[in-house]
Amino acid sequence: MGTTTVEPGSATPGPKTNRIGLTVIDYKGGKTTLCAGCGHNAISERIIEAMFEMGVEPEFVIKPSGIGCSSKTPAYFLTRSHSFNAVHGRMPSVATGALLANRKLICIGVSGDGDTASIGIGQFVHLMRRNLPIIYLIEDHGVYGLTKGQFSATADLGSKLKTGVVNDLPPIDTCALAIQLGATLVGRSFSGDKRQLSAMLKAAIAHKGTVMLDVVSPCVTFNDHEGSTKSYKYVKEHEETLQDVSFVPHFEDINVEYDPGSTIQVTMHDGSRLHLRKLEEDYDPTNKVRALTRLTEAHEKGEVLTGLFYVNPEAPNFIDMLNVVDQPLATLPDSMTRPPKEVLEACMEELR
Amino acid sequence: MVIGAGWAGARSMTATAGPGISLMAEFAGLAYYVEVPGVIWDIQRVGPSTGLPTRTSQGDIVSTAFLSHGDTKNIMLIPCSVEECFTMATEAFNLAEQFQTLVFVMSDLDLGMNNWMSDPFPYPTTPIKRGKVLSKEDLDRLGGFARYKDVDGDGIGYRTLPGTEHPAAAYFARGSGHNEKAQYSERADDFENNMERLNRKFETARSFVPRPEITKGNNAKIGIIGYGTSHWGITESRDQLRAEYAIETDYLRLRAYPFTREVHDFVEQHEHVYVVEQNRDAQMLSLLKLDVKPELTPRLRSIAHITGLPLDARSITDELTSMEGK
Repeated sequence: MGTTTVEPGSATPGPKTNRIGLTVIDYKGGKTTLCAGCGHNAISERIIEAMFEMGVEPEFVIKPSGIGCSSKTPAYFLTRSHSFNAVHGRMPSVATGALLANRKLICIGVSGDGDTASIGIGQFVHLMRRNLPIIYLIEDHGVYGLTKGQFSATADLGSKLKTGVVNDLPPIDTCALAIQLGATLVGRSFSGDKRQLSAMLKAAIAHKGTVMLDVVSPCVTFNDHEGSTKSYKYVKEHEETLQDVSFVPHFEDINVEYDPGSTIQVTMHDGSRLHLRKLEEDYDPTNKVRALTRLTEAHEKGEVLTGLFYVNPEAPNFIDMLNVVDQPLATLPDSMTRPPKEVLEACMEELR
Repeated sequence: MVIGAGWAGARSMTATAGPGISLMAEFAGLAYYVEVPGVIWDIQRVGPSTGLPTRTSQGDIVSTAFLSHGDTKNIMLIPCSVEECFTMATEAFNLAEQFQTLVFVMSDLDLGMNNWMSDPFPYPTTPIKRGKVLSKEDLDRLGGFARYKDVDGDGIGYRTLPGTEHPAAAYFARGSGHNEKAQYSERADDFENNMERLNRKFETARSFVPRPEITKGNNAKIGIIGYGTSHWGITESRDQLRAEYAIETDYLRLRAYPFTREVHDFVEQHEHVYVVEQNRDAQMLSLLKLDVKPELTPRLRSIAHITGLPLDARSITDELTSMEGK
């Protein structure tokens, strides 16, 4: 994975800058207030790197979130971007409204397993079926970290709490749900897998549709013990990786040699390329049925399956379907928002 | 969705009824506290709960005025006709953006869903007011800004929109406690100052919301306060009172909450003030009691009807004359 680094022409070496001349510092956020070792902090780091390396203009990024540990994290990356810490489980509607108002915005919505799979499941399913251009990130602890670690709806069957309580209910697989409902780039990663998460985030930035990434992120305070299926140890021991994911952005002139027999190449909307080196011979990430079957198998086998499960870069997105104008609605001139008197009079005549 | 779009700078609205208002109470509090503009049209129907969903009422007045937990207060506009729905829409959007808050337009089922006759709508003459929004150029000049700082003393801060190309444009919109710079804060003084400023903003709104419409009788000692579609029954009832009982009345038609100066003066000028409305609990009268001088509250009398049918003149006339001992 190459990073884009443009050295300034002067002889004095400054900090590395990206293709729009910003340094990684320009993508940083405030100091985290989460627990030391929390998986969420690692995810924030990957977001900072991905945004920097992709050369995204921070002023055009919005980072809405819901409520919970995960939803606090927009404070810890991209200070130069607008955040909206909304109400519990209902970030999707806020994000939808903002993106309809200004289609130039790049949206990374941060949610958690409780925020998505419990209180927010209604909004989540409707977001997924619209293919709104958004990166929807679930920072998945499997427990409610802000209320002392009760099971969330993504906790695996048989997983055990510190108190010894065993989870008797099956998990909601947010990835399976997203694929079934219409999200067009769906994957699962692990906060501890720098390389995979970084590649998937960059692909997410390049994608023009709903990206749903479920990132298993161990809760060091309430869910990192023996018996938990979302601990660092358990995930490392049970992780099955579908493919080796690498990403080549459109602005990098790199020709990667790949063998079509062992690697699938997906060309993104902006010309960027995803290289998926097959670790499972017959896996085709453009086949929904195959993806859902494989996810079901993973649950049966007790695997923590990661990788890119499904991608469709061509599906029409919600903003295009609605024919939203290119210009942000806030800046439309009065001449467009208040039609002339004759138009009103013609409407009135029709009603006579 | 309305709140997300309002945050991003679009004029946005949705229409709903009482159950939708209840359901979205948490979002209303968010918009109040984050200070996001939006317009919500409430086609009031009969509650509580599902109530009489195909019948009309004015039953959401108190719950909407204070919709959401904590010390939340909302601006309400109240149209009485189809034409006024049209003209108030302009005012509602202007007020929402000027005051960076939700504006609730309190229509009702009779007005919102039945067929009405109307004169052609007048072409709007008021300019479109977008409120205090800082552009890239403003930020270049100022160097930065504090989202919730009361720069002008009217309680209204300056906001920026996502997508403003300036490194200092972004702020953190949050429903949790915050200081002037929109940073998370649990400090007592930060919280108190912000809540006081929000109150100041609401007080400022009193001078900007639509003024009531006052119709004078001949040397009347009795006042009637009404609002929304009760207007039509009240108008006819005043004729009945004059013709049948020789009772002269002055009439004030409320068009907004918070109440403007004229409302207080009107109560002060009349011995008895009948507040006519379509609910059980005299909701607008309750709001008036919170607002007028305590010594004036005994003057307020309630004519409250809730049958699900539009309010008729005879019901008002009968009740008023009975209370007047006629």
